[in-house]
Amino acid sequence: MRKLRKLAGLASAFLGASASTAQASYGLLNMREGVTETSQSVYDLHMTIFLVCCAIGVVVFGAMLYSIVNHRKSKGAVAAQFHESTTMEILWTIVPIVILVSMAIPATSTLLAMEDSSDADMTIKVTGIQWKWKYDYVDGDGAGVSILSSLHPKLNEARQLGANADLSQFDDHYLLDVDNPLVIPTGKKVRFLITAADVIHSWWVPDLGWKKDAIPGFVNESWTKVDQPGVYRGQCAELCGKDHGFMPIVVIAKAPEDYAKWVAEQHGAAAAEAASADREWGKDELIAKGQQVYTTNCASCHQPTGQGLPGAFPALAGSAIATGDPAAHINTVLNGKPGTAMAAYGALLSDADIAAVISYERNSWGNDAGVVQPAAIKAAR
Amino acid sequence: MSTATATHDDHHDHGPAKGLMRWVTTTNHKDIGTLYLLLALVNFFIGGAMAMVIRAELFQPGMQIVDPQFFNSMTTVHALVMIFGAVMPAFTGLANWLIPMMIGAPDMALPRLNNFSFWILPFAFTLLLSTFFMNGGGPAAGWTIYPPLVLQMGDGFPFMIFAIHLAGISSIMGSINVVVTILNMRAPGMTLMKMPLFVWTWLITAYLLIATMPVLAGAVTMLLTDKFAATSFFSAAGGGDPVMYQHIFWFFGHPEVYILILPAFGVVSAIVPTFARKPLFGYSSMVYATASIAFLSFIVWAHHMFTVGMPVVGELFFMYATMMIAVPTGVKVFNWVSTMWKGSMTFETPMLFAIGFIIMFTIGGFSGLMLAIAPSDFQYHDTYFVVAHFHYVLVTGAIYSIMAATYYWLPKWTGNMYDEKLGKMHFWLSTVSVNVLFFPQHFLGLAGMPRRIPDYAVQFADWNMISSIGGFVFGVSQLLFAYVVIKTIRGGEKATDQVWEGAHGLEWTLPSPPPYHTFTEAPQVK
Amino acid sequence: MAHTSDHYYVPHGSHWPIVASVALFTGVIGAANWFNGHSAGQMILFLGLALVAFMMFGWFGTVINESLKGAYNEQVDRSFRQGMMWFIFSEVMFFAAFFGALFYARVLSVPWLLGGDLSTHEFLWSSFGENWPTNGPGNVGGDFESMGAWGIPAINTLLLLSSGVTITLSHWALKANDQAKTVLWLAATVALGATFLALQAYEYIHAYHELNLTLGSGIYGSTFFMLTGFHGFHVTIGTVMLIVITLRAAKGHFSPDHHFAFEGVAWYWHFVDVVWLGLFIFVYVL
Ligand code: HEA
Ligand code: HEA
Ligand code: HEC
Ligand code: CUA
Ligand SMILES: [Cu+2]
Repeated sequence: MRKLRKLAGLASAFLGASASTAQASYGLLNMREGVTETSQSVYDLHMTIFLVCCAIGVVVFGAMLYSIVNHRKSKGAVAAQFHESTTMEILWTIVPIVILVSMAIPATSTLLAMEDSSDADMTIKVTGIQWKWKYDYVDGDGAGVSILSSLHPKLNEARQLGANADLSQFDDHYLLDVDNPLVIPTGKKVRFLITAADVIHSWWVPDLGWKKDAIPGFVNESWTKVDQPGVYRGQCAELCGKDHGFMPIVVIAKAPEDYAKWVAEQHGAAAAEAASADREWGKDELIAKGQQVYTTNCASCHQPTGQGLPGAFPALAGSAIATGDPAAHINTVLNGKPGTAMAAYGALLSDADIAAVISYERNSWGNDAGVVQPAAIKAAR
Repeated sequence: MSTATATHDDHHDHGPAKGLMRWVTTTNHKDIGTLYLLLALVNFFIGGAMAMVIRAELFQPGMQIVDPQFFNSMTTVHALVMIFGAVMPAFTGLANWLIPMMIGAPDMALPRLNNFSFWILPFAFTLLLSTFFMNGGGPAAGWTIYPPLVLQMGDGFPFMIFAIHLAGISSIMGSINVVVTILNMRAPGMTLMKMPLFVWTWLITAYLLIATMPVLAGAVTMLLTDKFAATSFFSAAGGGDPVMYQHIFWFFGHPEVYILILPAFGVVSAIVPTFARKPLFGYSSMVYATASIAFLSFIVWAHHMFTVGMPVVGELFFMYATMMIAVPTGVKVFNWVSTMWKGSMTFETPMLFAIGFIIMFTIGGFSGLMLAIAPSDFQYHDTYFVVAHFHYVLVTGAIYSIMAATYYWLPKWTGNMYDEKLGKMHFWLSTVSVNVLFFPQHFLGLAGMPRRIPDYAVQFADWNMISSIGGFVFGVSQLLFAYVVIKTIRGGEKATDQVWEGAHGLEWTLPSPPPYHTFTEAPQVK
Repeated sequence: MAHTSDHYYVPHGSHWPIVASVALFTGVIGAANWFNGHSAGQMILFLGLALVAFMMFGWFGTVINESLKGAYNEQVDRSFRQGMMWFIFSEVMFFAAFFGALFYARVLSVPWLLGGDLSTHEFLWSSFGENWPTNGPGNVGGDFESMGAWGIPAINTLLLLSSGVTITLSHWALKANDQAKTVLWLAATVALGATFLALQAYEYIHAYHELNLTLGSGIYGSTFFMLTGFHGFHVTIGTVMLIVITLRAAKGHFSPDHHFAFEGVAWYWHFVDVVWLGLFIFVYVL
């Protein structure tokens, strides 16, 4: 008996704990309300259904508990023998149907609104790649900007440290920070075209109110309109292999003026990058840059030691390709190996980056096979 | 179902053969039932040990114990072993033990096939687990083994696929046996609408299995040829679609989750009336509700795929159809509560587990209903909210019903009473810890923690630690379960034939333990 | 035939199931190693298949003996029939998975890639313009020709349809206790099945050598060969089963009211027939 009361107490404590967060606007108990109209209506829908379920739970569990407390043999209860009632059966078929229909109506209208990505002000193509995101600004003033966004190097280092890492220095951003965030203007309807290069990923920023899978070979559409400038964080939400947990998303919403400034910077940087491909690079310069590119892009598979992971990712230390004819090496990195995890980096990295990383690979871990100049990459494309 | 008697073609009609070969060659439904149940228990511990690795890694943020690839294979194989190796064999074991005794049949209809169905399984799981020792390690693409990710797997890939094929063959043959036994072997007078609900739910479960396991076999065969025979089923470049795999998989996968719960409904429908000392409320509506759930389960599969970018009419259809399942399931819950209402209840361990089932399964059902709402699912999907949902229906649902069934029928099987005190202790330890384990996962999911990740942002640390502690306590509590079961098998207070004061049904008319062959003369059911 | 027992026959202590399990285990280990490129794989696979064959002889031999001894009463016979029906149902669902893939590709994925899903077409496959039959926007496997319906496939349809007739004639003969005719019509059915298989093999060779149509020809090649291949595999099994019951009929194993094995095989054959009609319509004609 006492135990049953305790159970009842426990159950109601849980229900209470969850219900009390109904009011909280932010917290680690409940869904985020987010910063878009969509996320707000999703949140409202979530709360409505949650509360309806709680109410049904109170009725059902209440009746059960009453029966458990009062209709027990130890209290001298004598069993009645009734075992059917058509009225009751009809009642508890009809009432839930009515409840469900009343849930379905707001759900339908929210869904229709979310799926309507027409009349967008600008379009960004999002590509999921093991294990980073690529953002291409398709139209609008950002057109031509292209960003490769990976787990922030500091975090990448920290997570390799295992139990020795001091995570407190990162506040709430451990695993949720990237090197190059996505930047969007506030007050604009942004359409996202979401796809993937290798396996399925899923693009999710909770504050925007939705996630959408990135399917290789197909393009999914979604949209958002953020009114508040701010930094919004999320993660890849579809298992995509070893480093699925290390594929964060950071969206920075900037007021239109700031956004325009940022776009100008990006265009400037891109021009400088392109120019750098045309000059001759020094060996040390190539290798230094190559190490950086390698750490962010390649080390997750081929490992910082260049030893790879047997059975999954080949070693580059001593590999025939990384020590042999540069043309084969360039070809592998530019075009990838279709059907394997090795992506075509030609579409992701600049000529200088690819030349650098190849040079780094050819001169590390005991490899000694000369450098490759950006011009050679340009020619091989 | 008119035959009055059965023959046995061997010389020791009154007992089993001796030694190991008894178990290897047996065609006796009770022996085979025991084998299934033991296999299930072993696999529950193997799958549980993997869950412990998961919870230990997630105890704190930061990578501590295992590397990410191994973590993913723990998640994957944990689920495969629990679903295909623990819950399904446990229910098949119960079916073997109970269905012939409940319908007054001398044995299962096809006894040799029955032995075959069982003995494939140890080989299937050997194949599955052997992949851990191969180049590239165990499967790590989630139990749903979506392409293209799963195609990146190393040498273990074909072994995993064949393990699934073998487990599927076993299930199909086992289910054929169940259906035929129920339709063809009932004692005279045992009409369909007189069958115990456990038999009914298994009839429908077996139908679901026969209808969906071959579809899974087809899906994984296409994975195999996509990897080794250059086909393009799941590759856009060849005109296929990775999402096509998901449709085929979930056409199997959703009915599969009802395969994991319908027999549980049957168990609970047997236990509640016994301890309420009152007939089951609404027997025929229970039968119709079970059939409706089975029917609906075929048309809701894409609720696992709301985020793949389906056309919006598809999303609406699957949302509405999924919501409908709450209606027949609700009928069941209401019927159980009405059965308790004005009963004369006692609370032995089986009843405690049955009540725990009803409450916590319903909580899991509620979160299922929330997931069914497509726009909200855009937020919930692939987060710990989903993990919380399915562990409520699987652990406090399916597993709880198996525990309840074990306590309820163990005295009948062994002739010995279990230790009631330890049984109650097992229940309370489990029930408190399982809620500490899984309830906070709702919060984590809502707050934004994705599933299938080995490491997480620090703000999720507290609830994860609490969840892990609950997990460890729950795990250790199951050692108590194993202890109680073994102790009961080895001896104890003798059980009466009836065992429970309020028990009804043919199995309780047999001695405890029942002789090796029962109902060789069919009973007459009035 | 001995008199039929009035008891439900419950066999005891059979070692065939464990032999069967070990055989399957061996076979799949072999196949898996073979796929992984290990040379021993094929050998192990054949060992497994040999074990399967051995097991089938043993297991079915036991069953046939028991049947001839009259151990199986009517109720046992009913169990066998129902078991066979449910088994065939499971096979239907296995084919349903591949038909599902075919319909999905034809109705959804290929049209999407073609532009039904605008951004997919525009951003990824803008040069793709080829409707069914197709090997996809990647022109996977290179240019190919699809298989026409009105040559060999049409002949094969006739063959299978007539084999459905001959097996029914055989069944009628069996019911009329006319052993000679039973065997004759069965033999005709076997011949039709074997001819079907030979033509199918020829068609595959033609496809690989002259049409460049292979398993690797994108989604068309994949669905074509998977569906017709699994069907052909089932015809092969069916033909072997037909041969067995032909021999048994010749030995006088069947009586007009007790011939489950015959009926089981006949149902299976009809199932294979119906699947073919589905194939003919959806794979070849449409
Ligand atoms: C035993 C297994 C089991 C059972 C019974 C269920 C039952 C249900 N499930 Fe669950 N589900 C799983 C196992 C199960 N599920 C698993 C394993 C997954 C994850 C798979 C993976 O991705 O790995 C999953 C995932 C899953 C999803 C996908 C989530 C996502 O990935 O985004 C959805 C979405 O609709 C869903 C819905 C439901 C619903 C509506 C029910 C309903 O059947 C519940 C019905 C019950 C009730 C509603 C409670 C009782 C009813 C009443 C008291 C009546 C009155 C109530 C109302 C009117 C509200 N489930
Ligand atoms: C019937 C099915 C079933 C059952 C019973 C369980 C039982 C448990 N599950 Fe499982 N689980 C799934 C089905 C199931 N699960 C599925 C389908 C998934 C999804 C997989 C995917 O994403 O692909 C999943 C995923 C899953 C995750 C998410 C992993 C991820 O997303 O990365 C987690 C995390 O906490 C988890 C935990 C647990 C725990 C703690 C138990 C406990 O209940 C287990 C308790 C049992 C034991 C512990 C064994 C007994 C005790 C011992 C072995 C003694 C030793 C004990 C100690 C050392 C303490 N499960
Ligand atoms: C997602 C995992 C992954 C990432 C990230 C990755 N690779 Fe690879 N790489 C592979 C795999 C898998 C192969 C083997 C492909 C095959 O089977 O031939 C490979 C092969 C190679 C090879 C050929 C090695 C040989 O000996 O066959 C080179 C060179 C290479 N990668 C360079 C790179 C560079 C440079 C980068 C980063 C810019 C990179 N890889 C990033 C997975 C990856
Ligand atoms: Cu990308 Cu998970
Ligand atoms: Cu489902």
